[in-house]
Amino acid sequence: MSALEGPSAFGKAVKAVVLTLCCAVVVVPFAGIVSTSLATREDVTNAGGFVLIPRSISFDAYNAILSGGVVTRATLVSLFVTAVGTLLSLTATTLLAYGLSRRGTLLHRPFLLVVLMPLLFTPGIIPSYLMVKSLGLLDSYWSLILPVLVNVFNVIVLRAFFMELPGEIIDSARVDGAGDGLILWRIVLPMSKAVLAVIALFYAVAYWNSFFSALLYLNDTAKWPLQLVLRTYVVNQSQLGVDQLGSGADLPPAEAVQMAILVLSIIPVLLVYPFVQRHFTKGVLIGAVKG
Amino acid sequence: MTARTGPSRRQRFTRDRFLVFAALPGITLLVLFHYVPLLGNVIAFKDYQPYLGILESPWVGLTNFDVVFGGDPAFLNALTNTLVITLLQVIVVFPVPIALALLLDSLISERLKRVVQSVLYLPHFLSWVIVVAIFQQMLGDSGLLNGFLRENDFTTVNVIGSPELFKALITSQVLWKDAGWATILFLAALSRIDTTLYEASAMDGASRARQLWHVTLPGLRGIIVLLLILRLGDALTVGFEQIILQQAAVGADASEVLDTYVYNNGILAGSWGVSAAVGLVKGLVGVALVLSANKLAHRFGEQGVYQR
Repeated sequence: MSALEGPSAFGKAVKAVVLTLCCAVVVVPFAGIVSTSLATREDVTNAGGFVLIPRSISFDAYNAILSGGVVTRATLVSLFVTAVGTLLSLTATTLLAYGLSRRGTLLHRPFLLVVLMPLLFTPGIIPSYLMVKSLGLLDSYWSLILPVLVNVFNVIVLRAFFMELPGEIIDSARVDGAGDGLILWRIVLPMSKAVLAVIALFYAVAYWNSFFSALLYLNDTAKWPLQLVLRTYVVNQSQLGVDQLGSGADLPPAEAVQMAILVLSIIPVLLVYPFVQRHFTKGVLIGAVKG
Repeated sequence: MTARTGPSRRQRFTRDRFLVFAALPGITLLVLFHYVPLLGNVIAFKDYQPYLGILESPWVGLTNFDVVFGGDPAFLNALTNTLVITLLQVIVVFPVPIALALLLDSLISERLKRVVQSVLYLPHFLSWVIVVAIFQQMLGDSGLLNGFLRENDFTTVNVIGSPELFKALITSQVLWKDAGWATILFLAALSRIDTTLYEASAMDGASRARQLWHVTLPGLRGIIVLLLILRLGDALTVGFEQIILQQAAVGADASEVLDTYVYNNGILAGSWGVSAAVGLVKGLVGVALVLSANKLAHRFGEQGVYQR
């Protein structure tokens, strides 16, 4: 017996069963959630709540939540915070990583102190909250963005990538008289598109998913992003009445409405996922090895 | 520091001013939201009054630390729960990605490998709110499992909202969300193992099991030690968002951990100083754990998180 021969038939069967089970554990819940969100009242009643295979499909639940009520507003808030936050994060992270990345410059050596310290010592919930409060950011959307705008881990990954770029190109640009700004804009950024895209998507997913900062910093429920609405109306099972929904028409089944909110909060992640998935392994590994 | 020949600090600043200004926004934010709050921990030694502010609040010495060192029952409960959950995660959650990585690595079809990976990585990108909601739909009272049990005349199980099952529940949630993701590092480590080692051991007549033991696992040892050290540093930090979301259903006895204790007592109940003290002790213990674990790793001849 050697590892170079193929595995035994029994081994193959066990492997297939285990892998299928693992995948089913992930896929079946998604299928069920989508089915329930599309189910009619009759389906929901027959299934006793959770529908795995709907008999007929209805988009009433989506119409109800997207016609201008609480969920619509929360979705817009989440989209806004994600868009603005990602843009600012990407800009600040790129500039910081570049500023710290060039060998032999003033900022090359302080890197460890500036960026790695926060990784080891985290300030704690109470002092962070008091900081946000003393800056007057409570109940402002900036409280969801500014405290997490620079992610130290992303700075490390990006800096490591910048340092691996061939130095000769940068040196020759210098000789031709290009300043550091021009080098960043014309040479470094075009060569870093893929890694920048991954970091942008990491930030976007983080902003979209952020739940705790909103819970901590936004007392005004009218400002809540989608994740908090999801907690209130799906996890805590508060009823979404006519008041919270946009339309006054016949209410679709509560289960379908809940699952539609859940699907709504997953869709953006599913849309960017295939793209991130292609690149992230490399990004994660650079960070893990160089960090 | 030896004398530096070359441009003076001032000349270096003029030369590198673009880089310095580029880094400024990022550094400012790190100072504001990491370094200054670190100093804000002084309220652990004060009787913090919101209307007086941090500087004006009176000093109280170590009084706030009484709950920690005096053994306040609520604090001890939170500490115990935290440690039990950490232990569960090391014993139950930690080995699974290694097993998954070995399984995936043994697949011959690249295509199949990619499909399975894509499916298993996905939950990592979902928020805790989504994960908790999904678990409720699967295991809750009107969820898939109980629907099935009811239909077939079995007794239903109350998985969500039962204090006895809470730790098992959150452990399985962590497993569901991040086991696939955690395989990435192990897969990378596996791909770096020299294949000639397998050929040589096969020539010497090693069975697949012996190859696993003598070639594969030693090849993974460095990364396993590294991840265990990092995990140890987080020993007192367990699933804050995850637990706060589900705490109402099971009560504090079963679910309070140090982070939720700090949040509930400090921000919700207003004992700022005591909570900051607990947070500070927790942070310091975490740092001490990482540093000593790293030292231990060096003693065993491993690289650890950083060198020497």
